[in-house]
Amino acid sequence: MTATLKDTTAIVGIGQTPFSRQLAASEKTLACQAVLAALDDAGISPSHVDAFASYSMETTDEVEIAKAIGAGDVTFFSRVGYGGGGSCATVAHLAAALTTGQATVGVAWRSRKRGSGPRPWRDTRAQLPVPGQWTRPYGLLRPADEIAMLARRYMHEYGATRDHFFNVALACRNRANQNPAAMMYERPLTRESYMASRWISEPLCLFDNCLETDGALACVIVAADRARDCRHRPVYVHSAAQGLPPQHHGMVNYWADDPLAGPSWTAARQLWKAADFGPADVDVAQIYDAFTPLIPLSLEGYGFCGRGEGAAFSEGGALELGGRLPVNTAGGGLSEAYVHGFNLINEGVRQLRGTSTAQVPGASTCLVTAGEGVPTSALLLRS
Amino acid sequence: MSSMMKGTTDNGLLLPVPDEDGQPFWDFAARGELRVQGCTGCRRLRFPPRPCCPHCRSFAAEWRRMSGRGRIWSYVLPHPPLLPGYADLAPYNVIVVELADARGIRLVGNLVAHPDAPLGSADPAGLRIGAPVEVAFTEIAPGVTVPRWLLERP
Repeated sequence: MTATLKDTTAIVGIGQTPFSRQLAASEKTLACQAVLAALDDAGISPSHVDAFASYSMETTDEVEIAKAIGAGDVTFFSRVGYGGGGSCATVAHLAAALTTGQATVGVAWRSRKRGSGPRPWRDTRAQLPVPGQWTRPYGLLRPADEIAMLARRYMHEYGATRDHFFNVALACRNRANQNPAAMMYERPLTRESYMASRWISEPLCLFDNCLETDGALACVIVAADRARDCRHRPVYVHSAAQGLPPQHHGMVNYWADDPLAGPSWTAARQLWKAADFGPADVDVAQIYDAFTPLIPLSLEGYGFCGRGEGAAFSEGGALELGGRLPVNTAGGGLSEAYVHGFNLINEGVRQLRGTSTAQVPGASTCLVTAGEGVPTSALLLRS
Repeated sequence: MSSMMKGTTDNGLLLPVPDEDGQPFWDFAARGELRVQGCTGCRRLRFPPRPCCPHCRSFAAEWRRMSGRGRIWSYVLPHPPLLPGYADLAPYNVIVVELADARGIRLVGNLVAHPDAPLGSADPAGLRIGAPVEVAFTEIAPGVTVPRWLLERP
């Protein structure tokens, strides 16, 4: 008999700071604010937290958080790697720890000042966690360049166009225009402004790239039986998976046999294997969107359409509210805030509580994904 | 401070920072040879280089000389914001070349007009997925040579 995580735990609290290009507070202060807000939302005392999970590029560690919020004995703490690929894995690790009795109240968080702070790719001394010797001397410097290379190949192989990437950017922007907390709340996007915007790395333009944000978020997870006593309707962790496919190389995945079938495919196989429902039963999805092409790739990887069909899937308003699969209903990394995907988790929770600013009527299942293009992770949530 | 100490060329372009597995690639490049790590057990090529063969798990390897021909697999044109040395040359191209000798062995590089021409010297009209290219070598700093790529039929 194999143990299962299916519905054994639930997210019962979410919290966040404002999102802005520049916030005055430190990353540590923002982290504490988000964690305390999430615990308050759950109605759980900070002194009861005994598990923490975070992911790489986090500058505030669990020791700092625990002593600042006044946690008691902490018996589980884990850190996941790979930047935006690790967001959902924090919840997965906590779910596993709680289900196996290692702890009782878990907190995951992300605090980052990417809006006003340094850009990692500007560091010419330290080797980034990619095989830099094979790419950086040639001027393939930034994540935008690395993903643009795959995007060009994707366009070539499958006939995807800039209009498809625009469909993605527009769906996210339209949802942000409904979300007062989003950085792009009052900034509509038009096809004209998209097509006329400056290039960042051809074929990707400004609006194919995520925002630059200062901000923090957190969520609280407990066992399902305890969840029913919390302030809000529990949002159950139905299935969770990480994904590292064979011969994967991170952002510069040009050396795998099939570079356009990345970590999402691996995570998806495990995610669906452990679930009671499939892609057709997903009411709303929060898909990691550091760059627009990641969404068509992820739609394919998670099985919402066939290979090469992700771009065409975006046609006819399919990603909009009322469409076949509404995505990134708070605006995502492209238009709400870029906080390494943690805002996608919290928005998934709001959808299943019925409290999103762009609510999908009656939503009871939600897919949340971390970054495609890096070792990744994903969650299936249900109400 | 010398360019090697800074980790850049005099123009601010990044120099390769080889690891132990990758060092032979750069040593051969300095001699004008494009070589890729291959397994002496099962004979299969692998890139990037690593300690053992992912197919037969042998630790015995050699560096096999390539013909230097390939085709453009994909390409991008970076625009600012970039590191200063690169911003000066933008928009320049970065290409991925799939080697003719081994499908699946793909090298990141730059298409240039001639071996010693700067990044961005190639006519963007020549950038096309599938275009045949051949390798050339350029010494970008004293003792540091990188492969560049030229269109076979300019």
